[in-house]
Amino acid sequence: MPPSIDSILERFPNKQREDLIPMLQEIQDEFGFLSEEIINHVGAYLSISVNKIYGVATFYDNFRFGPTGRFHIRLCHGTACHVAGASTFIQELEKQLKIKSGETDKEGLFSLEVVSCVGACGLAPIIEINGEYFTQLTSEKLNDILQSFRIKDQDIYES
Amino acid sequence: MKAKSPDALKQFLINQVLLDPNRLENERLEKELSYISRERVNNPIIYVGMGTCGLIAGAGKTFKAIQEYIDDHGIDIELIKGGCIGLCSAEPIVDIQLPGKSRISFGNVKQDKVQYLLDEILNHNIPDLQTIGQYKNDISQPWEGINPIFDHSFFSGQQRVLLDNCGLIDPVSVEQYIARGGYWAFADTISSLTPKGVCQLIEESELSGRGGGGYSTGKKWANTLKTFSDQKFLVCNAVESDPGSYMNRVIIESNPHRLIEAVIIAAYAIGATKSFIFIRQEFKLAIERLEKAIENARGYGLLGHHIFDSGVNIDIIVKRGARAFVCGEETALNNSIEGKRAMPESKPPYPSEKGLWNKPTIVNNVETLFNIPLILKNGPDWFKKTGTDNSKGTKLFTLSGKVKNYGTIEVPMGTTFRDIVWKIGGGTSGKQKFKAVILGINSGNYITKKNLDNRIDYEELKSIGTSLGSGGFVVIDESTCMVDLAKYFTNFFKNESCGKCIPCREGTARLLEIMEVVTQRPGKNNHFQSLERFKGVMQLRSLANVMRDTSLCALGKSAPNAILNTLNNFKEEFDAHIFERKCPANVCRDLRVFSIDVDLCTGCTACYKKCPVDAIIGSARHPHFIVEEKCIGCGLCYDACKFNAVLIQ
Ligand code: SF4
Ligand code: SF4
Ligand code: SF4
Ligand code: FES
Repeated sequence: MPPSIDSILERFPNKQREDLIPMLQEIQDEFGFLSEEIINHVGAYLSISVNKIYGVATFYDNFRFGPTGRFHIRLCHGTACHVAGASTFIQELEKQLKIKSGETDKEGLFSLEVVSCVGACGLAPIIEINGEYFTQLTSEKLNDILQSFRIKDQDIYES
Repeated sequence: MKAKSPDALKQFLINQVLLDPNRLENERLEKELSYISRERVNNPIIYVGMGTCGLIAGAGKTFKAIQEYIDDHGIDIELIKGGCIGLCSAEPIVDIQLPGKSRISFGNVKQDKVQYLLDEILNHNIPDLQTIGQYKNDISQPWEGINPIFDHSFFSGQQRVLLDNCGLIDPVSVEQYIARGGYWAFADTISSLTPKGVCQLIEESELSGRGGGGYSTGKKWANTLKTFSDQKFLVCNAVESDPGSYMNRVIIESNPHRLIEAVIIAAYAIGATKSFIFIRQEFKLAIERLEKAIENARGYGLLGHHIFDSGVNIDIIVKRGARAFVCGEETALNNSIEGKRAMPESKPPYPSEKGLWNKPTIVNNVETLFNIPLILKNGPDWFKKTGTDNSKGTKLFTLSGKVKNYGTIEVPMGTTFRDIVWKIGGGTSGKQKFKAVILGINSGNYITKKNLDNRIDYEELKSIGTSLGSGGFVVIDESTCMVDLAKYFTNFFKNESCGKCIPCREGTARLLEIMEVVTQRPGKNNHFQSLERFKGVMQLRSLANVMRDTSLCALGKSAPNAILNTLNNFKEEFDAHIFERKCPANVCRDLRVFSIDVDLCTGCTACYKKCPVDAIIGSARHPHFIVEEKCIGCGLCYDACKFNAVLIQ
């Protein structure tokens, strides 16, 4: 267990039930996802059963229980993006990356998440990859974008 | 005016502005405030619109380019990360104010235009770029040949009261907010009004909840004030999970102090010492600005213990929501704050009696709260002047979809839908004709051509069977398939149903099944499909009625709305899908079968290169063909073929 988990837990000295969600959020911000180990640790700290923690954490869409890919794709599927054709891109991505929404590919390169409305509906359809936004998406743009990230990944490994 | 030290500035703003009820009688004060609020400047000042929408459009890079320009030239320019004025279609937006000159606003300033823009404008020339307009006032000299910004068609149909500061100020600066009249209402309220008095004023103003309920805010508060309890809570619902609406996020990002002021007034009015702002985790920028603004307000003693020696204690805690659409329901939201699953509870008891930890709790939506400081400052009669007989004030919308001008808008109650689409939105943007307005997902209701002249008014909307919804205003044209859209809504509700009650959990799943068969190619692998389709369609209405009558919360009750609306308003489209197995708008992918005409195909391989899923086989100069099982119906091959060899059935 890395020491910083404890330093996050220490920020919640009252150990109340209401601390659970913020605690899990901070842990996920730090580590990217909630591992079994971490959940056990949190359970022991707050004296809440692990089942209950899973019950809460799985209810909310924000929590993840496995690592994301090196490039985390978020595709907006809000009303405006849907009207602009976002569902085509979900299908395309799922076929190309051979994963479903919420999963990570085998190489750990891409993970895909479908989200609702990122709040720039006028520029729909939109995807975000590691904080970078690509707007008014077309299939061609999408292919180029994926390709550019694949190349980027190689560069990281070769350098 | 000489610049004051931060501490002197603070003392000045507190003692001579906030705590002095006769502040307006001091003439010199006005001038001093205009420097603090940056209406007058000694050095040039540049604002970059940096709301989330601006950042997505590239405002971050523009900001960096401006910063570099300033550094390279060593000029004394104040550069500010501003909020959003609402005209998202012109992002990134850069405003420049030179000493003595009125502030001028440029649109579409991508990073490569920065150098040219600044070279010109700093020499008092107007560059040849998109100018949105200038802010005219009596204290600065106007630019020649530039229209006042509020004459722009996007703004002229609006009445900007809640949006007054958005895009104009440094969002987190407590000084600028106070200099523009902020926190005055709060300071006056705690020194001269009782909580009961506040509730009465709000009730008199006829402000009603903007979150959808439409119930009188003042009445709701008064009830809670009357309830005896050792502790009460105020919760601001800033979850805004309805896709297509984001105006609450925009106003928080652009003017967080107004929300803080509203929350502390509301907490005072109901006797709460602790308040929560519950905000979606994804709204990172809004959270960041809100937290910074809270810190700045705390530095001024506006929060915490014994505020301005009045004996009033109020604190604000920002809670990040972990995303569940159902948190829009107040009982679910309260459960989430308590650290539980966000499941709605049956009412009564209402949260106003038994809410958070069984204590009286008021849950107000962001937009409702934004009105509060204005009503207290200007009086309930001022508020009532705007609107219709039974709907007072203004309403915010997020205007998007197939319109030319899109963004966040504010209109007086009583405005017609036609005016929003054509006057403010500038009409439809594509080649296709207008079809409908989607008014929020949770009402699931469409405004069609025949309702365009209806006014935005609680009663009037009720009479045509719809409601205001959450403020999403998505314009669609003939290129949208209403059946596909209804399926999209249904899928959304199915995913978001919390699963607590059977009619909603099973009902949404069944609705989606029906919509899926309706939009599927017949005979795929199910011989009974035709029967299924008819059975499903026959059951739709009774299923909808059961869900409406027996679901616990609004999510389940409104889930069938989109389908029912499509049946009522766009029956021909439904029929085409069911009887002819055709999608008139050519959207439902499953009903489109692509093939290649071997006689027309020249084997140019253009389609082969475009197909994203390798569904096309063939070699150069030989006819190609499409593997139906692999094809996802994206239509790229159709667009790519120059020989009209790709056919859609
Ligand atoms: S109607 Fe749906 S969302 Fe609401 S409580 Fe029932 S199952 Fe949950
Ligand atoms: S419609 Fe799209 S997926 Fe199907 S063959 Fe053509 S390009 Fe490929
Ligand atoms: S683009 Fe048209 S002509 Fe060229 S290979 Fe494809 S179907 Fe044949
Ligand atoms: S629906 Fe995609 S940004 Fe709003």
